[in-house]
Amino acid sequence: MRIRFRFAKLGKIRFTSQRDVARMWERALRRAELPLAYTEGFSPRPQLSFGLALPTGCESLAEYVDVALDAARAAGIEAASLPALLTSLLPEGIDVEEAVPVEKGPGSLQQLVTSCSWTMRFTGVSKEELRHQVESLLSAPSVPIVRERKGRQEHDDLRPSVLALAVSDDRAVVAGRRDDAGCSVGVVAELATQPRGVRPIELVRGLIAVSGGPSFRPLEGQAADGDRSVGIPVLDRACRTQQWIERDGIREEPLRPRGIPAETHRAVHALERAS
Amino acid sequence: MESLWPQVEPLLAQVTKPARYIGGELGAQVAEHGRQAVSWLLVYPDTYEIGLPNQGLQILYEILNERDDAVAERSYAPWVDMEAAMRAAEVPLFSLENHLPVRAFDILAFNLSAELVYTNVLNLIDLAAVPLHGSDRTADDPIVLAGGHCAFNPEPLSDFVDCFVLGDGEEVVGEINEVVAEHRSKGRHSSDHPAGLRSRESLLRALSRVPGVYVPACYEAHYGPAPAESGSGGSTTPSAPVGPGSLSATNPRFAETPARVEKRTIADLGQWPYPRQQLVPLIEVVHDRLNVELFRGCTRGCRFCQAGMITRPVRERPAEQVRTMVQAGLARTGYDDVALTSLSSADYSGIEETVTSIIDDPSCSGQVSVSLPSLRVDAFTVGTAAQIQRVRRTGLTFAPEGGTWRMRQVINKLIREEDLYAAVDAAFSQGWKRVKLYFLIGLPTETDEDTLGIVALAKQCVAIGRRYHKGVAVTASVGGFVPKVQTPFQWFGQNTIEELTRKIHLLRDAARPVRGLTIRWHDPRATAAEGIVSRGDRRMGAVIEQVWRNGGTFQEWSEHFDLRLWTDALAAHGMSLEGTVYRHRTEGEVLPWDHLSAGLHRDFLWQDWLDALANHGLEDCRWTPCYDCGACTGFGVEHVVASAVPPAGGSQGTGQDLSTGGQVPVRFLTTVPSGAVSAPGPEEHEAVRVGEGRG
Repeated sequence: MRIRFRFAKLGKIRFTSQRDVARMWERALRRAELPLAYTEGFSPRPQLSFGLALPTGCESLAEYVDVALDAARAAGIEAASLPALLTSLLPEGIDVEEAVPVEKGPGSLQQLVTSCSWTMRFTGVSKEELRHQVESLLSAPSVPIVRERKGRQEHDDLRPSVLALAVSDDRAVVAGRRDDAGCSVGVVAELATQPRGVRPIELVRGLIAVSGGPSFRPLEGQAADGDRSVGIPVLDRACRTQQWIERDGIREEPLRPRGIPAETHRAVHALERAS
Repeated sequence: MESLWPQVEPLLAQVTKPARYIGGELGAQVAEHGRQAVSWLLVYPDTYEIGLPNQGLQILYEILNERDDAVAERSYAPWVDMEAAMRAAEVPLFSLENHLPVRAFDILAFNLSAELVYTNVLNLIDLAAVPLHGSDRTADDPIVLAGGHCAFNPEPLSDFVDCFVLGDGEEVVGEINEVVAEHRSKGRHSSDHPAGLRSRESLLRALSRVPGVYVPACYEAHYGPAPAESGSGGSTTPSAPVGPGSLSATNPRFAETPARVEKRTIADLGQWPYPRQQLVPLIEVVHDRLNVELFRGCTRGCRFCQAGMITRPVRERPAEQVRTMVQAGLARTGYDDVALTSLSSADYSGIEETVTSIIDDPSCSGQVSVSLPSLRVDAFTVGTAAQIQRVRRTGLTFAPEGGTWRMRQVINKLIREEDLYAAVDAAFSQGWKRVKLYFLIGLPTETDEDTLGIVALAKQCVAIGRRYHKGVAVTASVGGFVPKVQTPFQWFGQNTIEELTRKIHLLRDAARPVRGLTIRWHDPRATAAEGIVSRGDRRMGAVIEQVWRNGGTFQEWSEHFDLRLWTDALAAHGMSLEGTVYRHRTEGEVLPWDHLSAGLHRDFLWQDWLDALANHGLEDCRWTPCYDCGACTGFGVEHVVASAVPPAGGSQGTGQDLSTGGQVPVRFLTTVPSGAVSAPGPEEHEAVRVGEGRG
């Protein structure tokens, strides 16, 4: 028996890594006294399967974990009762929103998810400058960026992975403090995850690459000292709002939200309570 | 004061492992700082991952926060990237719970577990925007306090730390809190108080009257002419000058200051079932598991072991309380691994029953593993091996320490070769394929035969393993010995870097042809640096300060350690490794820690040193008549144990008849665990999880 959980990761806890979150879940599930199914071997571990790793420092409204239960002992488990219980046992900032029994289907979450929606908030750039950069990026045939993968730098074209990108001044996106220049703008984006996931910081590098601004440190995604006449976006917050599975032209989330308030409302809630 | 979080948060995007700085652990107590409460910031001067699991700090954190008149928060040393970001943004050291600056606290308290963190202590005081030297602090600055094992030679830090606490902290923190609270209620808190400085002095003098508290400013060190050379450790002869004038006395400056500060000892561990709310970190740390302390103190009397000497007598926790703490702790934390900690866990009365009852507890659903760090191998029977590998086979480490029986008699770690082989056999027969052995080199009277005995022992262990498995791996970890204060070896001149290096090469060459055997060693240069501070006097403060000023933080991390910083600083102050580290101390020499006491009589330690040099071992005093070391009699306490009969291995391989018991001043716990202990089958072991140590 498997139960799929959808949870949010918001606020200070965003500074923990995906591995850390996995260990938090292991402890919380044991405290909940759920009959976990364990791996075989000398070092048995609970069988947890997380979706796409969320980069350390990013928030999310759409994280997933599949938990395997021992079928023999899981008979009386009411999945609907689990979100409240687990939220109380997980650290502050991890909010479990749904729990649904799922069949063991083909492919892991990681293999099935095709794209993710994000909101990102920037400082260091005006709305007009950002709009220009977004337009440049969308109209560019290719956007070369440097990616870091397992400590190695690789050159890659970002453009095909940017499925959607738009400037937003929606409160849901830009809520929060304003930087010294008095600007606080953001984007909503949909970024592909296949063959490789694009991280928010890589989108920032892409925006800088097409900005025609001063030289920059591609890996930090920050402008070098010196000429600041052209605004360079500095990523302040990034939040994954959805993970999408596209199959036969139909796009859906790994768990269909049920009885959950509208997306925008949830996003506002998320950013307001952050840190 | 305002939370620094808005300033801290933007820095976290720039640094590695940002979750080190966010707090939010299960068990963290975010208390409000009331006007009446004395506020403590408890600091472990190393990284979060090393510092968070420290049980001593966690115990005091809870005890203080349970008081109405105290509030305690925590902090750890920010890693170098975070420190640079903090300094660039002018963010001072902050607490993890409320993200308050250190200056918002009344007391800045450090845990001193290792000598090489001393430069971090200076760095953290500076990062806290507190004046580095105690003499420059005013009534507005926090009191800087330190405790932990290294506090038994506090002199090298006496310029920077206002008060040291010797021994168990459970009771004394409350007394310190009361003194500070009372002092404050008398109104020291106005910054324009004309008598600000004098007021700070009156507080420090009041603290110096609390038993177990040492206030260096209340004492004056006197120095005489340079001492005559007295030979050196190792094989080299020093030719450099032995340094400036030797210490002639450390005397109290005030009539009410005690001439000698005695350590604090809690009589009954059962009254202190802490931590009740062990912290569960959000990120992975060392010893990431539930820890329950079985007993405090150790009477095996290993002469190199400072922890064993300064924590006497033995005080066992009642078995029932151990079980309750394990059960409640697992349910609360969700951990699936519990360590039963002590200096020698197999000596705990009824250890096998305790381990078995934890593993068999139905609420653990058979998924909880038990680790026994510092498990003496003389109790590591097939039975114990079988028990602890039922859930998860954790790493096994045995610590014979010395390569030959003669060497082990000198250091009083009385394990016979057969004991070790039986233990290793038990492990391999129960499915282990990797075993780690700990040894020390550079011990008193050590010969090359003793050193090479390490390879001989390890080689035999590989051979035993081959009887059970093909791919057997034995690792011999070799550390250089650093003499520690309040031990019989405090007079010994440490081996030189060259001598330790020569011995490592001997071992490496001898081990090379042995398939399945790996030798690992500790950097002898780091061993030397540790020796500089471990027995230094007050004048070492200037050396530590210079090392820190030249960038020498995180010196226990090999990527940051730099011996040149230390030797340059020594030379700049007219000192040398020869005079401070390699020199044997003499019987009559005044030692910088003579005015501090861990309860051990100096003449007992000297006699034990002479016994060591004569290859005489000394049996465990829990089961034999008292040697009058002073620890029990001096404090009016006794060993507190549950059984008059030693558990398996209590004979330490000496064949001594221990069945009588009862001749020694032990107090029995009221609840004696039922069931017979297993037959004495001497093995001495440790089982620690491989990979959790560093360096």
